[in-house]
Amino acid sequence: MTTIGLTVADWLIIFIYFAFILGLGYYLKRFTKNQEDFFLAGRKNSSWVAGLAFLSANLGALELMGMAGNTYKYGMYVAHFYWVGAIPAMLFLAIYMMPFYYSSRVHSVPGYLKWRFDEKTRVLNAVAFAFMTLLVSGINLYAMALVLHTFLGWNWHVCMWASAVTVAIYVSMSGLLSAIFTEIVQFFLIWFGLFLVTFLGIVEIGSVREVFERVPQSFSTLWSTSMDPSLNGMRVTWAGVVLGLGFVLSFGYWTTDFLVVQRAFSAKDMRSARMTPIIASFFKMAVPFLVIIPGLVALILASDPKYGFSLLKDGGQINYDSTLPMLIARYYPSGLAGLGITALLAGFMAGQAGNVSAFNTVWTYDIYRSVINKNASDESLLWMGRVTTIVGIVLSVGTAYWAKSAPSIMDYMQAIFSWVNAPLFATMLLGMFVWWITPTGAFWGLVSGMVSSFTLFLAVKFNWLNAQILALSSPVSDMAANFWRAWWAWLICFVVTILASFHTRRKPKEELVGLVWGMTDVETLDSLPWLKRPEFFAAISVLIFVALNIYFW
Amino acid sequence: MKPIWYFVGLLLVIMGMIIVLAGVYTWIYPPPEQKVLAYLHPDLWWGAVMVIGGLIFLLTNRRKTVE
Repeated sequence: MTTIGLTVADWLIIFIYFAFILGLGYYLKRFTKNQEDFFLAGRKNSSWVAGLAFLSANLGALELMGMAGNTYKYGMYVAHFYWVGAIPAMLFLAIYMMPFYYSSRVHSVPGYLKWRFDEKTRVLNAVAFAFMTLLVSGINLYAMALVLHTFLGWNWHVCMWASAVTVAIYVSMSGLLSAIFTEIVQFFLIWFGLFLVTFLGIVEIGSVREVFERVPQSFSTLWSTSMDPSLNGMRVTWAGVVLGLGFVLSFGYWTTDFLVVQRAFSAKDMRSARMTPIIASFFKMAVPFLVIIPGLVALILASDPKYGFSLLKDGGQINYDSTLPMLIARYYPSGLAGLGITALLAGFMAGQAGNVSAFNTVWTYDIYRSVINKNASDESLLWMGRVTTIVGIVLSVGTAYWAKSAPSIMDYMQAIFSWVNAPLFATMLLGMFVWWITPTGAFWGLVSGMVSSFTLFLAVKFNWLNAQILALSSPVSDMAANFWRAWWAWLICFVVTILASFHTRRKPKEELVGLVWGMTDVETLDSLPWLKRPEFFAAISVLIFVALNIYFW
Repeated sequence: MKPIWYFVGLLLVIMGMIIVLAGVYTWIYPPPEQKVLAYLHPDLWWGAVMVIGGLIFLLTNRRKTVE
């Protein structure tokens, strides 16, 4: 069913976007001369450029559509993903972890694992991360084709190949630099393209206050219904939100996922690198305006027949992801509809470019140079980065076709994140802050965390284990089970790493200088006036974060 | 190279102008099926906001270069 009809003006906007990003890739190629330019954008970016790219790498269309749909399904609790599920972790990265990452001058997160632990831990994480990025990139591509096919009636194959070829061209020309530039373009397109959905939704309902008054109370609060899972839409307790989402999933993603951390590595100096996640945190707190309010508006419109609004249905089931596209179809006239679709397209393509640029870096540095060709020259690394971009895109298209033939792999997306990131956060936390954690302890801790996360996912999915046992409460939603699975995987990795470290050989302290807290002269930026220090801006971010949580309590 | 903000401004100006022109056209020749709240003409004023925002980015960065 085609729900959005496009006019000449809409097509023109979409065409201009494609031409623009290809032209941008071509323009940036002349500034990409060596492997540092290609993989780390020359480490010359300002904190604003790196900060907006840091946020945009996570602000994909899949995420925007999914979160608007989740708000329709779960209510205001989805805001936890943007506030408690992001801000503390982003600020922790800026204040405590970035000094180690940046001063060690590593090219990737697996690269840090090599220096702190050993080669096998690095390769294990690099392979898992490469696998994850390709899978996510492919699923992203499939989701984009699904959206365009469903809402615009476009051909599947054309959608997938046009997007894949465009991304392959501009990323292979100038690597991370073009990925970052297109992510910033995407940031503006998303805000300009989707802001009006929220605004017009509020105008139609009456006011923001009325939006919150007209949804059930369990859908309009953040914490006051979290003591009893049966009282809130997400069926989760505050402990699940804080431990699973706010601690493990959030810190695992924002502090160790190379896709986002790579943007901070591209900053020109230590202050810019530390400011990167802090600047991103302010915008992250504002994203609920683009997804939570439209989700609630759609819920109100669909609940009252007088509005004549409903979401799409697939086989009798509500398609929650259709929330944003259906609101675009409702409000956006010619021209604006093209902008809204371009915003979603940009989100999909920038997400794909982000995954591919992270993949080519990890493959080239942490698998190719580490295992296959240890003496690779600068030119050969640059060449490998370009080839890997093309190969990564081809593999993503293959994954997308696989997803098309087996749509249930979409269910595994969250499982993949908690499989790779949740245990890795325990390894990184112990590695950075406890000097006596051993390489063998870290490796077996990581293995046990990854295996337990995946086993728990399968156990709940196939009913070998009751999700209520995992969540220590009843009732429990899929989302709550996901939070708790991440927590247990993290805890298992944490405990196994410590226990194994008691019985295995430690690294000499002199080899840990620059890598572990207490053994490193961290560049403190104390010479800066306090108004320019990262800690000052982090404190403002904390104040806004606390105020939002109290206001929507 | 030119800073990214220059390119952002350029894109916003081009897209904003197309949206404004499309808004003028649909005001003069309204389509048979009107969108909800079409009487607010969001395309006209939002397109104008994009043009103004884009011009600010474009003009403040037109002579700047970055490493």
